[in-house]
Amino acid sequence: MRFVLRRIGFFVVTLWVALTLNFALPRLMPGNPAQVAIANHRGVIPPGALKALEAQFGLDNHQNIVLQYLKYLVDVVTGKWGVSLTTQPGNSVAHVVLGALPWTVGLVGVTTVLAFILGTGIGIVSAWRRGGPLDSILPPLFVIITVVPYFFLGLVLILIFGVKLHWLPYFFTYNYTLTPGFNWTFIGNVLEHAILPGFTLLITTIGTWILTMRNNMITTLAEDYVRMARAKGLPGWRIMLDYTARNAILPNLTGFAMSLGFVVGGAILIEEVFNYQGLGWLLLQAVNNDDYPLEQALFLLITVAVLVAILLSDIATAVLDPRTRGSR
Amino acid sequence: MSSLLGSPQPTDSPAGWQSGAILQVSDLSVDYIMERGIVRAVEDVSFDVSPGEFVGIVGESGCGKSTLLFAIAQLLAPPATVSGGSVIFKGKNLVGLTDKKLAAIRWQDMSVVMQSAMNALNPVTSIGAQFKDAMRAHGVTSKEQIAERSAEVLKMVGIDPLHLKSYPHQLSGGMRQRSMIAMAMLFTPELVIMDEPTSALDVVAQRSLMIQIKELQQELGFAVIFVTHDMSLVRHFTDRLLVMYAGQVAELGATRQVFETPLHPYTAGLMDAFPSIRGPKVPLTGIPGSPPNLANPPAGCRFAPRCPKVMDICRTTAIPLYSVDGVQVRCLLYGNEEARG
Repeated sequence: MRFVLRRIGFFVVTLWVALTLNFALPRLMPGNPAQVAIANHRGVIPPGALKALEAQFGLDNHQNIVLQYLKYLVDVVTGKWGVSLTTQPGNSVAHVVLGALPWTVGLVGVTTVLAFILGTGIGIVSAWRRGGPLDSILPPLFVIITVVPYFFLGLVLILIFGVKLHWLPYFFTYNYTLTPGFNWTFIGNVLEHAILPGFTLLITTIGTWILTMRNNMITTLAEDYVRMARAKGLPGWRIMLDYTARNAILPNLTGFAMSLGFVVGGAILIEEVFNYQGLGWLLLQAVNNDDYPLEQALFLLITVAVLVAILLSDIATAVLDPRTRGSR
Repeated sequence: MSSLLGSPQPTDSPAGWQSGAILQVSDLSVDYIMERGIVRAVEDVSFDVSPGEFVGIVGESGCGKSTLLFAIAQLLAPPATVSGGSVIFKGKNLVGLTDKKLAAIRWQDMSVVMQSAMNALNPVTSIGAQFKDAMRAHGVTSKEQIAERSAEVLKMVGIDPLHLKSYPHQLSGGMRQRSMIAMAMLFTPELVIMDEPTSALDVVAQRSLMIQIKELQQELGFAVIFVTHDMSLVRHFTDRLLVMYAGQVAELGATRQVFETPLHPYTAGLMDAFPSIRGPKVPLTGIPGSPPNLANPPAGCRFAPRCPKVMDICRTTAIPLYSVDGVQVRCLLYGNEEARG
């Protein structure tokens, strides 16, 4: 318990540092968005409009910096992230982000978890039956698939299953002629749209988990406690899971947490290739259109997500590995 | 009893021990199958263990003693495999048994204590959980029974049963080793196989652990096969001694007899390598050189290159075991006494 509280404390401090940097960096740089806007549209916007623009962008440079900072912190925490400038002009950034969030969490989040579970499972079994049929086929196969760029694989799948065979839809999150609702037609349609991008992500990321887990397992299988478990006459599956896998998975937890954290960043290329309007797609739009408030909000969101993921992985490690629970 | 032992024993197996032996190792060989060739780490080792007997196996590092132990316990992992011979435990040949059939014998009749308890205990589960899974694997499922027996064996080795909740890293080296021994006692087996259980401990902890093992053994009556490289431990605690050199039996006999009149020059060398507390000061000589590479062992006696009493014939002739007053010895010095045994 003390360990968890300590980790949460650490999390809060890190988050505060990240927020503060996010506040300080733009203000340390010369210029501001209002000046950029005027410079970009020289002649269209009169220089005299600077004040008005600054007010509109919420750039109150003349206020006391401490007050600005406090206002910024309050705004961040209460979800007042400003207004989207170009992507969805006029809409609040919070609204835009919340609209895209569920799609990314649903697509990238679910596939990340699925890839970890399946990859770890396959890794466990192939190491346990080292040299067996499963071990001879799957790991090498996935090594090959892992090095194929996933946007390329996505394009190939689109060409085959979308364009040629017409089996599956390959753009958008759902058919926009449908009214979103909690009914089977809509849910089925959403799932249909998620199959191609989801599958692409799954098979390009699963290989890493298979390989690392298999290697960890093989190292752990040589440990004395595994031999000891055999000497005790334990059933094979217990030796495999409780003694070997339980120890072999520990180094992979942090990696998994990190990849969960980056879910919020979306799989930018996948979302772009499939026109899947999640956070990754949104981030690309924001960057392409110089939509500063949206960019800032998304970067901050990624930071927070990674921090939360690390916190969760610390807690999971503490639950699974008693050695980390010490006073330190 | 002898009818339980199945096939008649090979004639060159060490005779003279009771046919009531609980363990008969006959001509056991172990090969490591490597890409560069086969390395025979244990060659034609034969010995018996009687109920309640304390047998020591000594030798330098890499002489095959741990490999021999794991071959007896059927715990070898690739690339090591038993390439010949048999291990007859309570009348059943363990070599080639399936894991399922072995599981019934394991821990209930034969348990193992390993070299370093730090690595032999699962680091992520509590001591109690590791006791529990051993018992549940052998059909003890009642919670009370498991808790009671776990506490009992831990008390036997002088550890507070509170430590059932502890994780291995929370215990000292000595406590870990004791809890391993406690775990080995869960079913009061007839044979406990110990692989250098004390070598990770300091001398004081070593001695108290050995006394504890000896007491438990006398109280519960199990037999022990004890591997070590520490001659002083062997001298005080074992009934019979097997000296191994380069994968072979060099000398095998009653401990006292072997210590009083070491026959094999290697055994004599091992004795000289340890100081005696009493008696006149004698310079420690040790044995010059190092054990041969088993991938390419010497043609004749394997000890010949280091032997102070080497004869020309030793370098070319493979040497059998000779019997001298009930002691088996692999040395040509005793060749002419072979007939009487």
